[in-house]
Amino acid sequence: MTLTSLAFYLFATVSVASAFMVISARNPVYSVLFLILTFFNSAGLFVLMGAEFLAMILVVVYVGAVAVLFLFVVMMLDIDFAELNEGFLQYMPIGATIGLILLLELLLIFGASTQLVSQSALPQATPEGMTNAEAIGRVLYTDYIYYFQAAGAVLLVAMIGAIVLTLVKSENPRRQSIAAQNARRREDGVELVDIEPGQGL
Amino acid sequence: MDNLLLETYVWPAFLVAGHSLLILVALLLWLAFFMYAERKIWGAVHLRRGPNVVGPFGLLQSFSDILKYLFKEVIFPTSSNKAVFLLAPIVTLFLALSAWAVIPVAEGWAVSDINVGILYIFAISSLGVYGVIMGGWASNSKYPFLGALRSAAQMVSYEVSIGLVIITVLLCVGSLNLTDIVMAQQTVWFAIPLFPMFVIFFISALAETNRPPFDLPEAESELVAGFMTEYSSTPYVVFMIGELANIVLMCAMTTILFLGGWLPPFDIAPFNWVPGVVWFLLKMTFMCFMFSMVKAIVPRYRYDQLMRLGWKVFLPISLFWVVLTAGVIQYFGLAG
Repeated sequence: MTLTSLAFYLFATVSVASAFMVISARNPVYSVLFLILTFFNSAGLFVLMGAEFLAMILVVVYVGAVAVLFLFVVMMLDIDFAELNEGFLQYMPIGATIGLILLLELLLIFGASTQLVSQSALPQATPEGMTNAEAIGRVLYTDYIYYFQAAGAVLLVAMIGAIVLTLVKSENPRRQSIAAQNARRREDGVELVDIEPGQGL
Repeated sequence: MDNLLLETYVWPAFLVAGHSLLILVALLLWLAFFMYAERKIWGAVHLRRGPNVVGPFGLLQSFSDILKYLFKEVIFPTSSNKAVFLLAPIVTLFLALSAWAVIPVAEGWAVSDINVGILYIFAISSLGVYGVIMGGWASNSKYPFLGALRSAAQMVSYEVSIGLVIITVLLCVGSLNLTDIVMAQQTVWFAIPLFPMFVIFFISALAETNRPPFDLPEAESELVAGFMTEYSSTPYVVFMIGELANIVLMCAMTTILFLGGWLPPFDIAPFNWVPGVVWFLLKMTFMCFMFSMVKAIVPRYRYDQLMRLGWKVFLPISLFWVVLTAGVIQYFGLAG
């Protein structure tokens, strides 16, 4: 029993347990917090595999950005737990079906993995004298540059789509004119008025 | 067998633990005196004396403050979520301290000199927002929640420009290792060729650590004390130490990325006699001084101005600089 395998079992156990807590916690904020814990432990597993670049990117992207937005939204929802549990039985058949299909697919892949996956597609160790980030960069930006660009284009379209969907067109939009704000001087807004006593303005 | 166990696990573990302890104690002492120095600097700017009662010149003020907080009663708001409420300051402090594991204060002095050091620090500092969000939500009260929302939006926005600034530096270095980044600055510190990025990084660091003029998450004129409103006693002081540690971490980051880390300003006789750690601490002191001065002299931004600065000014400029730097390096064949 080496230290590495001890660390592996620790990370693996905690990530499976916290992944279970994500779906079983009653409070959605707890779910997101457990999701973060799961991400963290997966990052630990990546480090154990020697993929420290992927581990850091996982933390930066998923924990640092995606989960923050999740938490942001979930915290602002006003959730009624009684209402949430009401529809449980109604939706259970659909959920169970989807879960069953996923399970079958996983079993199929495990069963057929030796035949399906050719030797070249198996993960290979990083070449000697090359860091992780360099190795990934070489593969991503030379062999798969077009797929990479295509992925970027898809993300851009998705982003524009999200903006278009949420953009509310109003008749009279109130826009700020930063130039006008900056050009404003004290004389434009403040006037010293000498009022005669008993006169009023 | 026993000897092997001792040599492979026990002794290195002991060494790493000792090293970490040394760094943490030094860091906490630094924080205590940084807090004191800040208050003295603000005092000097405002033509006041600053703390001058506890100890000679008020040097022990921070320690007396910390003791005062520790001995107060911890108050939980009635409808707060106690577990998350307590977890929030611990998360903040833990993250702020754990980032120091990879900071090289002199050549080979880092606890762990990992390949992806800069990414590790970026990852850890981008997690700092969780302490704030959790604290704001768990307090179950209006102002902390509003403060937490503001903070989340602000930190996520400024991380983008910090990330791009780091990318420009990495383009010049060609490595993610912090020691390599410092060694790449032997000819010239990156603050000179990448001066605009240096300025953007400094301002983004202010926003990322919720420092004035971007301290909107705890703007006392609008939100009482923001996400810290309901905190008192030990959890409060833990939050505060965590925030201070984040600030000092940003100073160390600036030192490593732009001011040449432990390298002397000129590699000639009187300068390179001084040990590297002294140069590192001097540069960090300078950055901490700049942080304090900004707090003392710059008025607070409005929230829409803050967002505009992040997304409409810093993001385009830093994107342009990434492209420019990459172009220059490629054109002149400077890539290492």
